[in-house]
Amino acid sequence: MVEWSENERSIISNIFSNLDYNDIGPKALVRCLIVYPWTQRYFTSFGNLYNAEAISTNPKVAAHGIKVLHGLDRALKNMDNIKATYAELSVLHSEKLHVDPDNFKLLSDCLTIVVAGKLGSAFTPEIQATFQKFLAVVVSALGKQYH
Amino acid sequence: MSLSAKDKEIVKAFWAKVSGRADNIGGDAVARMLTVYPQTKTYFSHWKDLSPSSAPVRKHGGMVAATITDAVNKIDDLAGSLLTLSELHAFTLRVDPANFKILAQNILVVLATMFPVDFTSEVHMALDKFLAALARALSVKYR
Repeated sequence: MVEWSENERSIISNIFSNLDYNDIGPKALVRCLIVYPWTQRYFTSFGNLYNAEAISTNPKVAAHGIKVLHGLDRALKNMDNIKATYAELSVLHSEKLHVDPDNFKLLSDCLTIVVAGKLGSAFTPEIQATFQKFLAVVVSALGKQYH
Repeated sequence: MSLSAKDKEIVKAFWAKVSGRADNIGGDAVARMLTVYPQTKTYFSHWKDLSPSSAPVRKHGGMVAATITDAVNKIDDLAGSLLTLSELHAFTLRVDPANFKILAQNILVVLATMFPVDFTSEVHMALDKFLAALARALSVKYR
């Protein structure tokens, strides 16, 4: 089981309670689709993803970004059992959505960059380490049920 | 995934804008790498102080930044311009090349914190590709 210090818990809690999901969610997914264009393969039903401009203004992308970011709330509320918390979502991503789990890391890297951009120097190395640890645990849990 | 003419243009333009702070960028990136990926500290056991603001960390960051600036100027021949450094990393330092990716990620995070407006998705992608190309050039002499 993953161990979290009191300091780490409070860092994670602070980041998320000050996050504007409606801003950061879309930004993270948009960035992922632009920086790692092969990730667009999962969103053929989203319409126009032909260029960066189209992706940045696509309402379906924005909505999905918000949804995905809220998906992290589950981990927030269950820090001591993230693996079990995401079991169902892991099955979904594997059996229904057929998402290559490597993509979870790509999105998580983009989310880190977007949060870093938002917080600036307040995103200290220590905070970065804790945030990345949190995302790594979620990413691992999401990949757990693949077979 | 090779660097297109457009990628090179974007990298040169962005680096020109930020190179005034190159030393800080390098130092901050190395500091983050050591904090966020503690396994990287194993390569620096000869430093007395591995804290973010320590002299060896800042100095090393400066070296990394200077290399990047040089590489940007020689972007059409990365393998050639990094040959000596590749030999150094391969035969003397023997740094596992997986770590180049780690340092690259931290460089990108630093750029995001320092230049949130200029570090757009397009710039992010071009730089990600450039740093990957740098890493490949650094790995050339490994085996």
